[in-house]
Amino acid sequence: MLVVEGVHTFYGHIEALKGVDLEVKPGEIVTLIGANGAGKSTLLMTVCGTPQAQSGRIVFDGQDITRLPTHQIMRSGIAQAPEGRRIFPRMTLLENLQMGALAADPAHFSEDLERVFAFFPILKERQTQRGGTLSGGEQQMLTIARSLMSRPRLLLLDEPSLGLAPMIVRQIFKIIREINERTGTTILLVEQNAYHALRLAHRGYVMVTGAITLTGSGAELLANREVRAAYLEGGH
Amino acid sequence: MEYFVQQLINGLTLGAVYGLIAIGYTMVYGIIGMINFAHGDIFMIGGFVSIITFMVLGVFGITWVPLALVCMLVMAMAFTGLHGWAVERIGYRALRNAPRLAPLISAIGMSIFLQNYVQLLQGARNKPLPPIISGGIELMTSSEGFTVKLGYMQIIIMVTTTVIMVGFTLMIARTPLGRQQRACEQDMKMARLLGVNVDRTISLTFIMGAALAAAAGLIWLLYYGIIDFYVGFLAGIKAFTAAVLGGIGSLPGAMVGGLLIGVIEVFYAGYFSSAYKDVAVFMILVLVLIFLPTGLIGRPDIEKV
Ligand SMILES: Nc1ncnc2c1ncn2[C@@H]1O[C@H](COP(=O)(O)OP(=O)(O)OP(=O)(O)O)[C@@H](O)[C@H]1O
Ligand SMILES: [Mg+2]
Repeated sequence: MLVVEGVHTFYGHIEALKGVDLEVKPGEIVTLIGANGAGKSTLLMTVCGTPQAQSGRIVFDGQDITRLPTHQIMRSGIAQAPEGRRIFPRMTLLENLQMGALAADPAHFSEDLERVFAFFPILKERQTQRGGTLSGGEQQMLTIARSLMSRPRLLLLDEPSLGLAPMIVRQIFKIIREINERTGTTILLVEQNAYHALRLAHRGYVMVTGAITLTGSGAELLANREVRAAYLEGGH
Repeated sequence: MEYFVQQLINGLTLGAVYGLIAIGYTMVYGIIGMINFAHGDIFMIGGFVSIITFMVLGVFGITWVPLALVCMLVMAMAFTGLHGWAVERIGYRALRNAPRLAPLISAIGMSIFLQNYVQLLQGARNKPLPPIISGGIELMTSSEGFTVKLGYMQIIIMVTTTVIMVGFTLMIARTPLGRQQRACEQDMKMARLLGVNVDRTISLTFIMGAALAAAAGLIWLLYYGIIDFYVGFLAGIKAFTAAVLGGIGSLPGAMVGGLLIGVIEVFYAGYFSSAYKDVAVFMILVLVLIFLPTGLIGRPDIEKV
């Protein structure tokens, strides 16, 4: 479904991605783990075309999207919930969700709205509240809910559990699994929370300073000594 | 008292013009964080297109006033929209990520260019428009014989401005395009990640601002009966002052600021000195920038960080 081949991405002179290869097959949950600054967010953003890859190829559903402008990529069946709760603060929760539905058929809107409210019931009560006044956890949920409104075939999630209470984290991971199982949405998940992510994912990739160093099934990576030492020891 | 009411009517009329221009400043600032210094000249072009349309209509023998006014407005909006689009395309787009000084200089360049281009095409002398709407209602007369008049022209100006502003506010608040504009204003990168064509949205913002300035240009022409290539400079700075006074980036702020500046200017001229009325307006700009940089109705920022 998504094939990333030898992708190099630069910020000015800094090479943030140094030839990344990665594949996500239809229906999979694939997780990408790595230390701070490894380039995980950069990879998700490069798939979306901001910044564009300097070299290499990104293919989505058989179509080369490497050089497409971002707004076209995001209308071709990919959605991203980026890191850091990027909700629109001076719009209501409902308007935020309407923004998420931009790439979707307007006829589906109310159906999609019910679907995301089923995943996140708290949001339903707060439809008219301004985004900026929602709690951190609510904003995080809204970011994910908004990315679902376009019925993406591929969903890119960047640290959805960041800064949430442990109970909410478990809930978020449960919802990610449900999204995948109920709607067949393919998911590429970036996470600091390697333990939860690897348990959830079918497959995983480990990224170190801009390159993939290790890949395998979730269970294999969980059992891997290097992964345990670098990302799992010290509790989860 | 009667004199006061008359000045208030005149001030609100002028303020309507400033308000319409100020919206363009405030919208462009909201979306790209820069002041469009060519916006005053876009307003001036709106006035010129109106008068040219009027003369062309005359050639074809179309003199029915309502039809002529609608044609003038539509033509003015279409042409200034084109100019607004070009200003963004030529003066701003390539510089969107450049240091802030660069687009500032290019916008001033665009402004000088537009003035000279109109001067070359239309001549340096001012163009008069014969009065096409006259008469009015006499509201009251004081014991000394001073009569307060509300001209039909003023009524048309206030009604038109109100309709445009209400329609425009609803458009920004309710339509998908308005929502996309607000999204770009609040988080451009995120808007793009949701599939918003940001370049197109910015172009449309310039076009919409220009169309409102065109309405202001037409009103100016009707009200003063005269237009020249330099008129956009002063009116532009005053409208900019209005936008800053209201709180740059805020739509209702631009409207309220425009009305206030119009009223202040007319009152200053009426009660103190008409020679120094512009100075009064610029004093307000300076004072607001120093003491109230977010304006009267600054952006409603109740945000958690
Ligand atoms: N806009 C930018 N300009 C310059 N450098 C950047 C920019 N964004 C990221 N970088 C750099 O690129 C590298 C990769 O950053 P990235 O955000 O992709 O890391 P990450 O793996 O997502 O980290 P984290 O887990 O902390 O979110 C870092 O060294 C970062 O400093
Ligand atoms: Mg990151």
